[in-house]
Amino acid sequence: MSTTPPAPEPQAVIDAEMAEIRAEAEKARADGGPEELQPRRDYPPYRSSLLRHPKRPLVAAPEAFTELRGPVFGVTDVTDLDGDLTRQHHGEPLGERIVVTGRVLDREGRPVRGQLVEIWQANAAGRYAHKRDQHPAPLDPNFTGTGRCLTDDEGRYTFTSIKPGAYPWRNHLNAWRPAHIHFSLFGTAFTQRLVTQMYFPNDPLFPYDPIFNSITDERARQRLIATYDHDLSSPEWSLGYRWDIVLDGPSATWMEEGR
Amino acid sequence: MREPTPSQTVGPFFGYALPFADGGDLVPPGHPGAITMHGVVHDGAGRPIPDALLEFWQADPAGGLDGAPDSMRRDPVTGTFAGRSGVGFTGFGRVATDADGHWTLRTLPPGPAAPGALPYISVCVFARGLLHHLYTRVYLEDGPGDPLLDSLDADRRATLIARPEPHATYRFDVHLQGSEETVFLEFG
Ligand SMILES: [Fe+2]
Repeated sequence: MSTTPPAPEPQAVIDAEMAEIRAEAEKARADGGPEELQPRRDYPPYRSSLLRHPKRPLVAAPEAFTELRGPVFGVTDVTDLDGDLTRQHHGEPLGERIVVTGRVLDREGRPVRGQLVEIWQANAAGRYAHKRDQHPAPLDPNFTGTGRCLTDDEGRYTFTSIKPGAYPWRNHLNAWRPAHIHFSLFGTAFTQRLVTQMYFPNDPLFPYDPIFNSITDERARQRLIATYDHDLSSPEWSLGYRWDIVLDGPSATWMEEGR
Repeated sequence: MREPTPSQTVGPFFGYALPFADGGDLVPPGHPGAITMHGVVHDGAGRPIPDALLEFWQADPAGGLDGAPDSMRRDPVTGTFAGRSGVGFTGFGRVATDADGHWTLRTLPPGPAAPGALPYISVCVFARGLLHHLYTRVYLEDGPGDPLLDSLDADRRATLIARPEPHATYRFDVHLQGSEETVFLEFG
């Protein structure tokens, strides 16, 4: 028995679905509903989400002795070179050299110190060094695209890398992801765990991307876009981007202070 | 209060960035007292998910939650993962599902995180298609007095209890959606 795979849907179908969801969300907000701070897990324009989100409401945990604590990391878990993605091979990767830095804070604005930040990204041509990425763009033998570091006493992280390219994917016909760097972060509590994506300012692909637009609130979406910071750029060397990260979720210190 | 940075999906290409050597082996093979926990992550059609990533965080056998560095030790000479030293117990594991959607964790049984509490392992689920991670728990056995379990009806409660198998092994399947949908948690 063979079945013909359905023809990929055009961008216009996805655009219409995204516009409808956004209009409905904006109306709910205007009617006094809460700001949607996180993406919707149920976001049909992102086709892979259809069968991969729970349909029952989340259950509020009555206690969280374990989740209010979390794994700890230390200097043995990173090396000094792990934060520089341009120096992991013998030669220099192709692309625009960038420095990305910022602070990791909890919702009270306190720095998250000594915690692990991990990143991964496509190369300048938009290709991941991953066997399953079949985008016919060149691999760069001098770029793997993974890095990690520990936050310092002010919660600061810094990576040196190259600006990733946009890349196509198969959500629909002519689907392209805006350029982004994947970030993974730990707080002091497991409840604060965050995996997300950092975007670059003024990307023309933003309106077409169902992953970015799964966050229905405009202000919340803006929190994923780094700021170009000229003072962070180095003469004849690199461009600077700043992106601060606020971890959601309660932590043990938050509870201990009785707030 | 500052507004949180929103989540985004882990996507399909985390495989060369997040999993690490010994990620699912919190104790060395053959360690006395070790248990094996394993299962399959399913989507709403009941199909296994081959590109999910599970993270585990748990108390040590005495109930301690201090953790320890050492989970993803790096070798500064080669720039690769050196593997756990096996001396301390970090309480943290990370496992990507295989082509069959299957994962395996070798660890020590958690102790009660508070006096009289039922022991459990906290689980965080990431996957392509999942825009915001999900938390659940594996209880090694059912029992009275757990405020979460007692708040659930029998069918839902059963999704959080591991099924014992021979040789100190436990089975725990995750269903992101469907009639057997796992109980997922939120924390206020
Ligand atoms: Fe990506």
